[in-house]
Amino acid sequence: MGTNLLFVPGNNPAMVQNAGILGADIVIFDLEDAVAGDQKDAARSLLKNALESMEYEGCETSVRINAMDTLHWEADLRTVAAAGIDGLVIPKAEHSDDINTISGILDSIPEANEIFLIPLVESALGVENVYQIAASSKRIRGIFFGAEDYTADIGTVRTKGSKEILWARGRIVNGAAAAGVEAIDTPFTDVEDIEGLKKDTLFAKALGFDGKASISPRHCGFIREIFYPEDEEILYASRVMDTVKEAEKAGKGVASMDGKMIDKPIVLRALKVLRAAGIKEDFKYE
Amino acid sequence: MNKIKASLKSAIEAVGLESGMTVSFHHHLRNGDFVMNMVMDEIADMGISDIRVAASSFFPVHGRMVRHIKSGVVTALDCNYMSGPLAEAVTSGMLEKPVMFRTHGGRSRAILEGSLKIDVAFIAAPSSDSMGNLNGVRGPSSCGSLGYAMADARMADTVVAITDNLVVYPNGPSSIDETSVDHVVVVDSIGDPAGIVSGTTRVTRDPVGHVIARHAADVIEASGLLKDGISFQTGAGGASLATAHYLRDKMVSQGIKGSFGMGGITGFFVDMLEDGLMEKLIDVQCFDLEAIRSIRQNPKHIEVSASHYANPSAKSCAVESLDVVVLGATEIDTDFNVNVLTDSSGNIMGGSGGHSDTAQGAKLTIIVANLLRARLPIVVDKVTSKVTPGETVDVLVTERGIAVNPIRIELKESLQKKGLPVKNIDELKEIAEKMAGKPRKVEFTNRVIGMVEYRNGEIIDKLYQSVKE
Repeated sequence: MGTNLLFVPGNNPAMVQNAGILGADIVIFDLEDAVAGDQKDAARSLLKNALESMEYEGCETSVRINAMDTLHWEADLRTVAAAGIDGLVIPKAEHSDDINTISGILDSIPEANEIFLIPLVESALGVENVYQIAASSKRIRGIFFGAEDYTADIGTVRTKGSKEILWARGRIVNGAAAAGVEAIDTPFTDVEDIEGLKKDTLFAKALGFDGKASISPRHCGFIREIFYPEDEEILYASRVMDTVKEAEKAGKGVASMDGKMIDKPIVLRALKVLRAAGIKEDFKYE
Repeated sequence: MNKIKASLKSAIEAVGLESGMTVSFHHHLRNGDFVMNMVMDEIADMGISDIRVAASSFFPVHGRMVRHIKSGVVTALDCNYMSGPLAEAVTSGMLEKPVMFRTHGGRSRAILEGSLKIDVAFIAAPSSDSMGNLNGVRGPSSCGSLGYAMADARMADTVVAITDNLVVYPNGPSSIDETSVDHVVVVDSIGDPAGIVSGTTRVTRDPVGHVIARHAADVIEASGLLKDGISFQTGAGGASLATAHYLRDKMVSQGIKGSFGMGGITGFFVDMLEDGLMEKLIDVQCFDLEAIRSIRQNPKHIEVSASHYANPSAKSCAVESLDVVVLGATEIDTDFNVNVLTDSSGNIMGGSGGHSDTAQGAKLTIIVANLLRARLPIVVDKVTSKVTPGETVDVLVTERGIAVNPIRIELKESLQKKGLPVKNIDELKEIAEKMAGKPRKVEFTNRVIGMVEYRNGEIIDKLYQSVKE
């Protein structure tokens, strides 16, 4: 999926126009929190026109639609799905049924065949149900953890130390991994604190997250740098995949490299490394 | 000997200013300058007319010059930069004679060789003693370097220093000394500190500017010039200053120490000097309070004249020792010619300043610019005004790609090897036009309103009055 996702206000023409060059792997055009209630229609219209006329080379595009307890979400979904978008971020995801509803609508829109979903889990209930949400649809690319709303929901204060979200982060990573999708960490909200961003991103990577969202283009490069694998890792992962594919072609049940057996965890780790490096690998582990 | 004159009027009388003469001013007080207006108002009150005003720059604060043009007091202008109401008036064709637009280095050349003859130089001085030893580093209207006034002081027939800070003789350091100064006039105030310098110069928060700046810093690294002893100049605004920040990060991480930073000096360069990342600063103009503090205190922060900075006829000048310069543009054409004088509609909004000087002198000249500005493509078939010739420009860096001048084929290969997003300049033009459409051509009359003089004295373009709809 790529390692860094960038929120861009859906009602800011200059930002929408330039979103593709800011260094994000996935741009999230925001129709939810960034847009005031009386601006929702205008922002949706702006995005429709931008998606239909602009070329966003070098990144994938997604839209955070409004939550399903509002009047806007379905119009958001139908408009941007038809206008040409790569993915949708579903806020306040708490139940697999909600994802199924959205998947069903997308299935009825011819232009929406390839659209992926990233449920944004940002409540206590959502964190409890993370595996069911992550496993609810083939369209799901990853689970995105939203710590600001989550901490408000559990009645604690969000801090830079992030101890209050440690358990939820772990559960998100675990639920996503169990469902075979990626885990995306919450944005680091202090735009000026680059050292803090780096520390927080390194910690998220160590927990098992595959990427991190940001609210500032300044953060994209740092996040990518941290999640981007080292050259040696990419080389090793490529060798692992070559070896596994050769063994498969030769009908060997077991592949080995450098005198060691290549088992499933090694292959999965190699695939993850290549994915983080933006290298496409079609291999499916049987 | 008493050089002090009781008033501006008595000084003007003493120098024998007459109709038809040329007076000059420097622009170190920038948009806080009181001196040009007070002198020109006095000249008008004295009934003198047909004056040519040769100022290193005109700012919005000099809008009162428009009334002197209307009344015939001022009939000719000569400068390196012009913005504000005066620029609008000249654009509208108010002045009969074309304005001469020069470069910082070209102006000093013209003065020193005598092709720009100055009868009276009025020099705003933040600090002066009774005999005319002047500096810009002390006093309520401090501006730092007085580099742009030095050629005027040396070559004008008569020199009047105007100060609001008379100090005990001898004043030191003396950027301009008493051997050049005829008269000293003390006034209440020569300028508004808020308009002279900014408190601190901040790096842009514009994310697109940062994308451009990161690419520009990568270009410098890929060029091979990022090594011990590097020298560079950047502008004080937008992506230019942001480029300097990214370059600084690279220098720190790679343990590189530069030789000098140059130009309009900001607190950013002062920090580099004080942090040991630069050996010296060469300063023709200070942009902020930190720069003024530094030039006052630090012997490694060197004040230079505009001639030392960029005079192409001098035996040598500092721009010739420059490795890298990062500059802006209002337009750039597919031959890499750059316009920094007018907008795409032909409205005067700036000038070369040191643009053409540094572009020719530096080993690597980078133009940083948003591909679209106010919905207009910045890359065009032909610039509205050619100010800096394309053969002196090496690279254009935009947010949607980097174009290398075909005359720098080896540089293009280096950038490609580093994986930078290199495109042909025509491709960038097409991208911009695809997004914004091809702008309608602006129609111009045959009336010449300005002449663009290159740093060597050659007229390389003329400004025409546009057809008003």
